[in-house]
This record gives sequence, C-alpha cells and structure tokens, in this order.
Amino acid sequence: MTAGEPAPASLPPTGLPELDPDWSRLVTTSEAHGVDRTWHILDNQEPDAELTLLCVHGNPTWSYIWRDLLATAPEGVRVIAVDQLDMGFSERTGTIRRLAQRVEDLAALTDVLNLSGPVVTVGHDWGGPISLGWALTHRDILAGIVLMNTAVHQPEGSSGPSLIRMVRMPGVLRNLCETTPAFIRGTISLSRPRPPKAIRDAYEAPYASANRRAAIATFVEDIPLDEDHTSFTVLADIAEGIESLADVPALLLWGPSDPVFSDLYLRDLSQRLPHASIHRFVGAGHLLPEDADVSAAIYPWLSQLAEDGPQHTSTQERASLWSAIDDRADDNGVAIIEMGSRGQSRSVTFNELHNDIEHVAGGMADIGIRHGDRIAILVPPGIDLAVCLIASWKIGAVVVLVDAGLGVRGIGRALKGANPAFLIGIPKALAAAQTLRWPGRRISTEELSHGKKRLGRILSSLSELRARGAPASLPPAPAPDDVAAIGFTSGATGPAKGVVYRHHQLQAQRDAIVDLYGIQSSDRLVAAFGPFALLGTLMGIPSVVPSMSVTAPGSLTAGALADAAMAIHATMVFASPAALANVSATAGDISDAQRAGFGDVRLLLSAGAPVLPEILHSAVALMPHADAHTPYGMTEVMPVADINLEAIGEANDGSGVCVGKPLSSVDVHIDPIDTSGETSGTLTQQSEVMGEICVRADHMRDGYDNLWLTQHRASQPSGWHRTGDVGHIDTEGRLWVEGRIAHTIVTSNGVVTPVGLEQRVVRLDGVALAAVVGVGPRGVQQVVVVLTMTSGTKSGLASAYLARSVREVAGDVDIAAVLVVSALPVDKRHNSKIDRARIATWADGVLSGGRMGKI
Amino acid sequence: MKVLVTGATSLLGGAIVRLLVDRDDAVSVFQRGPTDLGVAETHGDVADAVAVRRAVAGADAVVHVAGLVSTVGPWSSFERTNVVGTRNVVAAALERGVGRVVFISSPSVAHSGASLVGVGAGRANPDTARGNYARSKAEAELLALDANCAATAVVAIRPHLIWGPGDTQLVGRIVERARSGRLAIVGPGMSLIDTIYIDNAASAAVAALDRAPEIGGQAFVVTNGQPRPVREIVNRIVSAAGLEPPRLRVPFLVAKVGGGAAERMWAARDLAGEPPMTRFLAEQLATAHWFDQRETRAKLQWSPHVSLDEGFVRLEQWFGSQQ
Repeated sequence: MTAGEPAPASLPPTGLPELDPDWSRLVTTSEAHGVDRTWHILDNQEPDAELTLLCVHGNPTWSYIWRDLLATAPEGVRVIAVDQLDMGFSERTGTIRRLAQRVEDLAALTDVLNLSGPVVTVGHDWGGPISLGWALTHRDILAGIVLMNTAVHQPEGSSGPSLIRMVRMPGVLRNLCETTPAFIRGTISLSRPRPPKAIRDAYEAPYASANRRAAIATFVEDIPLDEDHTSFTVLADIAEGIESLADVPALLLWGPSDPVFSDLYLRDLSQRLPHASIHRFVGAGHLLPEDADVSAAIYPWLSQLAEDGPQHTSTQERASLWSAIDDRADDNGVAIIEMGSRGQSRSVTFNELHNDIEHVAGGMADIGIRHGDRIAILVPPGIDLAVCLIASWKIGAVVVLVDAGLGVRGIGRALKGANPAFLIGIPKALAAAQTLRWPGRRISTEELSHGKKRLGRILSSLSELRARGAPASLPPAPAPDDVAAIGFTSGATGPAKGVVYRHHQLQAQRDAIVDLYGIQSSDRLVAAFGPFALLGTLMGIPSVVPSMSVTAPGSLTAGALADAAMAIHATMVFASPAALANVSATAGDISDAQRAGFGDVRLLLSAGAPVLPEILHSAVALMPHADAHTPYGMTEVMPVADINLEAIGEANDGSGVCVGKPLSSVDVHIDPIDTSGETSGTLTQQSEVMGEICVRADHMRDGYDNLWLTQHRASQPSGWHRTGDVGHIDTEGRLWVEGRIAHTIVTSNGVVTPVGLEQRVVRLDGVALAAVVGVGPRGVQQVVVVLTMTSGTKSGLASAYLARSVREVAGDVDIAAVLVVSALPVDKRHNSKIDRARIATWADGVLSGGRMGKI
Repeated sequence: MKVLVTGATSLLGGAIVRLLVDRDDAVSVFQRGPTDLGVAETHGDVADAVAVRRAVAGADAVVHVAGLVSTVGPWSSFERTNVVGTRNVVAAALERGVGRVVFISSPSVAHSGASLVGVGAGRANPDTARGNYARSKAEAELLALDANCAATAVVAIRPHLIWGPGDTQLVGRIVERARSGRLAIVGPGMSLIDTIYIDNAASAAVAALDRAPEIGGQAFVVTNGQPRPVREIVNRIVSAAGLEPPRLRVPFLVAKVGGGAAERMWAARDLAGEPPMTRFLAEQLATAHWFDQRETRAKLQWSPHVSLDEGFVRLEQWFGSQQ
C-alpha cells in the first residue's frame, strides 16, 4: 500500500446541506522533526464552555457526520469535530498513518487547541479506538466517553474479520477504496432511510479523487486481525486500558442493523465498560448519527452527569424471592399441579420443589452460569418454569422472560435486544432459537437423545443439570440490589422494550400483592394468567395451572378451570380477560360437581387488558363467594391501583375508566397537560386535573434494558415512572384512565382524551365498539368518531340519527364526523385495546378525499 | 362611523349593512340597482372609477363586498369586476383618506387544488389559483393589501362557503337540484369541508372593520371552525328544505371529466347560467378544506356566534316560512 500525494488542507465548499460555514476552521499542529500538519475541524467555538465534546469520525466519513451535534449544542457546550489527517478536508500528508500515530495526532491537535477540560470524547467506527486512545492519555481532563458502532476487539463469532479479509484481498482494496468511490458510496448506502442526494454528495465531497481517497484504503489496512500487525498491540492496549475507565461515565449508542459492528461488538464493549449507559436504536444501522437522533440521547445524558442518577436501591429488608420455598423445604404438601389435557396431571410437593431447585441451581453453576449472566426462559407456566426461574435467581443469574404473546418475530427481537448468554426452553422454543439464530447457549427442559442434542446444538438439559448439581456448592446468593429479571412491554407501539427489575423490586411486588389481597398461607391459587403464574409459588401457597394454551388464553374452558379449582380446593383464581370471556361462554357445559369446585373461591383476579364488567359478572356468577378484582398497572409497575366489581358499578359514568384507588405503597401523581397538549414537568396530586399518570413505588421497574434514552425520558422527575397513560384523580381519590398520551387529541379548544367519550358512544343503542381519534395537525385537530355496529351495517357516513346521538353524548366536544366501519383493528396481545393510531391515519385519509378501503 | 358597503344586494353585503345599522353606524351602499335596505344609496358599476369615487366620498370606512362570483365565464368579466373594481375602490379610499377598508376575498386565492387540512390563510397567488374567479380575487387581494398604509388600513377577509337563509349560491343550487332530482354526491363525499353561517361571516367582516388599524395588511380565512364531511353538509341543507337526501353518486373522475366537458359546452354555446358541474367544483367536492382559525379568532377578537346546528335550525325555519 502506498501513501497518496501530499495536498494542503482546505475549507469545505460552501452550500453543503446542514453545515454552517462558520464552524469550519484550519488548525496547524507540529509533528516531530518540525513538520507542520494542517487540520480542518468543525468547532462551534462556544465561549466559556463548561464542557467540550471531542468528536472523532471513522472510515470513510468526515466531521460532517457530527453536524447535528454542533447544530443542537446547548449553551456552555463546545463541540469540536475533527477531520483526521489524510481524511475529510484535512491535509493529505503523503504518509501512511497507523493507529498509534493517529492517537498522537489527535493529542497534538488538542494541545494546540489548548483544551483544558472537562472533555467528553465521542467516537464512531474506527474513530472509536482513536478517541479512546486519546481518552486513556488525558485522564486528567476526561469527563466521559461516548461510543457508537465501533470496536476495540474482534469478538468471537463476528463476521467482521472475514469481511475485512475479503476487502483486503489483492486487487480489491485499492479498487474498492481508492481508485473508485465504491467504499464511500457503499457505506453511505447503509444508512436507512436513504439520505437525500445532497447529503450523500456531501459525504463524498472531500473524497473526489483517488489521491484524496488514499487514506480510506490505508485505514482499512490498519485494522489489526493478527498478532503480527503493526497496530495489534496498540489496539489491544486500548481494549485492555478502557477497563480501567470504570470511574468515567460512558454512553454506548448503537445501531444494531450494522453488517459489521453487530450486537456482538456492543456486548464486547459493555463487558469492558459494565457501568456504561446503553441505548440501542432499533432499526438504525452503521451510520448511526445519520440514522438516529443521537444528539437527543447525548445532550440529556451529559446534563444528567451533573446530577445524581435515579437510584432505586432497596429501602427495606425483605425476604428473598425463594424464601417461601426454603421455609417449606420439609413440607410434603402439594406445591404445583399442572393439569394435562386428558385428565392427566403432574404435580410436585414443596419438599420436591425445594430439592429440585437446589440441584438445578447447582447444575447451572457447574456448567458455567455465573452471577449476572442472562438466561432466557422459554418455558410455559408450570413446574419447570418455577424450577428454572428460582434456580437461576438463587445463583444470581438474570432471567429474561419473554411473553409467548409477542409472537415469533417479537420474541426474536426481544431476545436479540436482551442478548442472553443462555436459553432454557421447551423443544419447540429451542428449534425456533436454532432456526432463527436467537442468542444464548441452549438448554432443553426435556431429555433429548445424544444425536438430537448434537444436531440442535443443545448444551445441556434440565435433568442433566439436576444430576450434576451439588447443592452444597452453590455460589453466594445475589444481593437485593442485583438485577433479577428482564420482562418486556407489550410492544403495541414499536418494538417491545426490555424492563429491568432488581431482586428488591420483585420482592416488593410480591409483598404488595400479598398485602393488597390479604393472601394467607392457607390460600390456594388457580394460576390461569401467564405473568402471575409463579406468584403463588413465590408466596409459598399451592398453585394449579389449568389445561390451556399459553399462546391462546381464550382457549380456557369453564370445565378446565373448574377441574383445576377442584384439584386444590382453590380460594383464588387469576385469569386474563380473554380467558374469562371463554369461561363465561362455556359456563353452561360444566357439571354440578365442577360448579361446586368453585365454592371456596374468595378472590377472582383479572388483569392484562381492560376488563369488561359484564365478563366479570358472568364469571362471578360461577363463583358465588368470590370478590372480583381487577388491578391497574403495566409491565413497569404492577399493580398501581385496584378496583372490585362493586366499585366499578358505582363509577360507571365519568371521563374515562375508573381503575380504583392506588395501593397504599404507590404514589400516583399527575403531570398536567396544557391546552397545547404538552405536559408541564411538575407533578400534582390535585384532584380533577387531567394529565399524564406518573407513578412511584418500591415495586416499580429499575429501568429499561439497553434503552438509556427511553429510560431517561420515562423517569422524569427522577425516581418516577411516566406511564404514558393520561387520566385524573377524582375527589374521592380514585384514579381514572382516559387513554394513551399519544392518543390525546389537541383541538383549538383544548385537549380531548378518547376513553370517556368512547364509553359513552358504546352505550348508545346498536353500537358495538368505538374509537375517538383526531385528524389534521396537532393544535387544530378535529375529533372523529369511528364505530362498529352490533348488526352489520354498511361502511360509510353514520346516519343522521346516529350522528346526532353521538354528538349529544359528546357535549361540548365538536365531532367533525361519525364514521361506521365493519371492524376496528385491535392489538393482538390485548384483544380489546383499540389501535387508535392506525384508525387515525385511516380517518385522516378518508376525510381528506382518500378511499375508504380497510383500516 | 360612516361606512360604505359595496355589493349590498348580495347576501353578505345585506347582512353586513343590517349589522352596522343595528349598532348605529351611518351606512351608505353602492351597487348597480336599488335595494330595500333603507339606507343612503348610490348606484353604479364598480368598474366605473368616477362612480366609485363619488360613492366613497365622505366615508370613514369601506367594506368592499361587490364582486363577480361564478364557476364559469370569460376572464375579461372577472377582471373587470373583481380586479378593476377593487382597484377603483382602493384608489378612491386612498385618495379620500378613508381610514379603513375591508376587502371580502375568498380562501380560493391561496388554493392550488390540493387538500387543505387545518392550514392558515397563506398568501394569495394568482399563478396557482384555480379558475378565473379565484385568480381575479387573488389579484384583487394582493393589490388591496399592498395599498395598506398608515392612513388607510386594508384588511382582507376570506369567508369559506357562506350559507344561510336566502343564499342562492350554495343552498339555492343544492336545493334546486335536489328538487329536480339532479343532485348527486361526488365521490364518497367524505372530505371534511368547513363552511360559515351567513351571520358569522357578517360579524367577522364587522370585527375586521373594528380592528383594522391593528391588523392592516393581513388576510384572514373565516369559517365556523366546524368542518363536516361534504355529504353531511349537503344532506343537512336538503333536509332543512324538507327534501330527501340525494341517492345519486358520481365517481370523482367522472365528475371531473364531465365537468370539463360541461365547461367547454357552456363556453362554446355561450349558455346562460352555470353548468351543473365544473372541474373546479368537482375538485372542491372531493378534497378537504378546513382551516386553522386560531390566528383569525385571536386577531379579529371574533368567534362565530351561530353554531352549525343552530344555523341549520334557522335554515329549516326559513324554508318553512317560504312555503
């Protein structure tokens, strides 16, 4: 490889989009032997900067990639983005510059710029190691590091090295990188969505000739893959060195759709910088600053460095998650019964369960599962799930729990985000994991033949773990502040988000539910609701899982529920609304004996979606002594509030759904929404004020997994969880939910929330389902009611009579149009959550002259 | 205040006169023939500069309503009445030192044919305005607002689809066609269209007159701020007249092509009146037209006092009294 011809530095041509010419300047540094080098840098030259961002681009880009950071820099933040020597508009030195040289170059530049700190480095691609090399030698002024789609090491399993070797093959490298602009164009074409032509041209602007592109080839050549490479030890030193930056705040921003720097590299970096905040911009790729709004993450992250981050440390000593099992280690009473489809059932006593957990935990430790390792558990509710979960917790592993309702694609995305080191599953789940390349070394719940194990690349099985386990040698138990679990949001809007819980938070959740429903050791539970299936076991009470399909809760029949209740003389039944709906529908099919099986049930609990009172009523008709309750909450905090059937009846006319009074252990405040639809940021407890519902409790989530920005936004003010629901607290202290904040309609007369009006419309004769949505620009939106009728009516404009009836119940809210359709789209996982966003988009089209079509 | 109202024989002109008389302004009117408004009258053509100058003499303010409203006709007639006529009124006002001029314009001056969804007034543009009427009003509005100065405040008001008792433009045509069974809905009839009840349009013009010194040089779209699907509006007008809603439906493309043919036929044979459909009308009926009224209401310190529902009740009563 040869160096290009020398050429002086220059300023970029004027007129490059989004680039302010005032940012550009030329700076001259002195190299050893008295050689001068001239750089082109972007510098907002903020006077009296309290902080400086030092941004280093990769290959084959230039400082242009950082233009948005300059454009959006807050007061007091100086942003310097350099064009590395031989790159961008900096001097073509006529030399070949290796990693060590480039780190020295950058140091020479910051000396001339007289940077005195504090400095936060920002590096993308191969700008990452260079910025880190600089960071390691400037610890005195270093205040933080930000890295995007970069690497300091080639992690095992990456396709990166083979790609790089391919590019470096004789004849390829120069053609690809130097003699043609193919590499630049290829890199820019990775950006999604494709940037406008003017922006693509701007990236190419400094690389117009082969000579100007020479360094692009030498940069590729400088990636060390073997030990005898010039830069190998330099990079290895940096990789090792950053592990000493534990006291330096770090932010890792990632575009996972990167053909080279995949999640493997993110994992490698996060292991070296375990304290780093991480945000994965799902859907974004290699050119992250082009694909995602990285400024929106970096600046809030910088500003919170000054403050203390939200601390969710335990405030109260609580029993461990497995203590109820330990307490009953000698109890020969039944702990869990799994009802089979044809009267067959499987059961385990507390004593057996305890022993099994100890052995499996020992086996897990023995095969190398360590404290902090993530284990995805793809096992349906029942004995195996309880064993896997509690055994994992005992050895300090972090369980990753993915709801089957997310669907195969959703599960895959969730697992790729959580990136578990191990995956325990039933054979069906393991087959999917292999085919779809889900992460994690696979462990089977069932014993498989040697051939099958090899074929399916199965590491171990539950029975093997059990056999290997020596309970005496269990590693130390985790501390309350250790991470225990990652669950997932429904993903109704965008990809499902991983929600992180620490041990003390799950302990608090268990205790909150015990307290709320007065659960005693004499209670016996029918667990027909996935997320709560393990609650009984954690509380040390006998549980039974009825025969039903996990993916189709609507398949639970009254007979199956009754058989389960009879098996343990149940006092409590937990079931999803969809399951209860089918139970009501099949109530006529059960025998008197089965009916009598519900005689001891004192509590019926249903959650997970809005629960229709009619369904609770007909379910309660089966269980004459049951008090029917429905808690309100979300993956991040559950429960927040609770209401029983009687109270629902008393609160049936208001602007929203009454979800009852908050638990005594939960603070519920409102962040008022003003007439322009914006929240104020100041919470209030005042009644009858509409706004975003904000919640604080010991049993709330710790944060979101690898979603620093999401977590930051959802945690304002510090220590609270913003639910994204809007509602109000009434004068009696009851909480009312009026819809999602994203579904509020901002008219010129103020904000309209959908749920209250939808409920009044649904009560009109002949109306089955209704959605209230806004059309037009926020601020002047018009309110539109889209509804379905109980008897199939033709789609189109509502009759004059129906429109008048809807407007009557709407009161002061002006309804621009009432439209009748044959079906409204609902969210699959929560069968009754209406997809208002989709309906709004459809209505927007129809009401501006578009076709009716299907929603 | 001595106020001259031009075009007082029109529905809006008459309503403005009555509103001003009710609050004891000294009102005079200027139009081609006599009226029964009971105020001082000068007769003449707005294209006649001398007649206009004579009418404007002595007024403190002018509300210029007069204009040629039609979906067909040669450019020369629109230019004569709408452009020359407005130039004459504005020139006379400047010459006589009239303090306030309110020019009644149309939202079509800034409309290029696409859907208007919650938009503001926008600047008039004769180059993109659709059809001779809109183009002539755009030219007239630009010259009127350009004349705004410290001595003479000029404000443009753009009411969108005025309707009410006695309206021959919208209500009259729809009801006449419904009676003869020729009324058809173009396309699905779902486009949201904002309209304005006649009394609200009049009060908006008077509000503009009162605020003119603070808001000179600006144009405001005025509507009821209650857009409805076009079919609902048509149905309610027809129902107010005691008739059955139309059953005929014409696909948009058919209407547009047919409208083009009708325009050419009317133009070629010099037929009287207006064709049943024009391309412009077909487009109007198939695209949304509704507006951001926040600035209008804040700056005019005005809001419509007659709601759609109330307006339709009044329309029905009026039809009842006509029989």
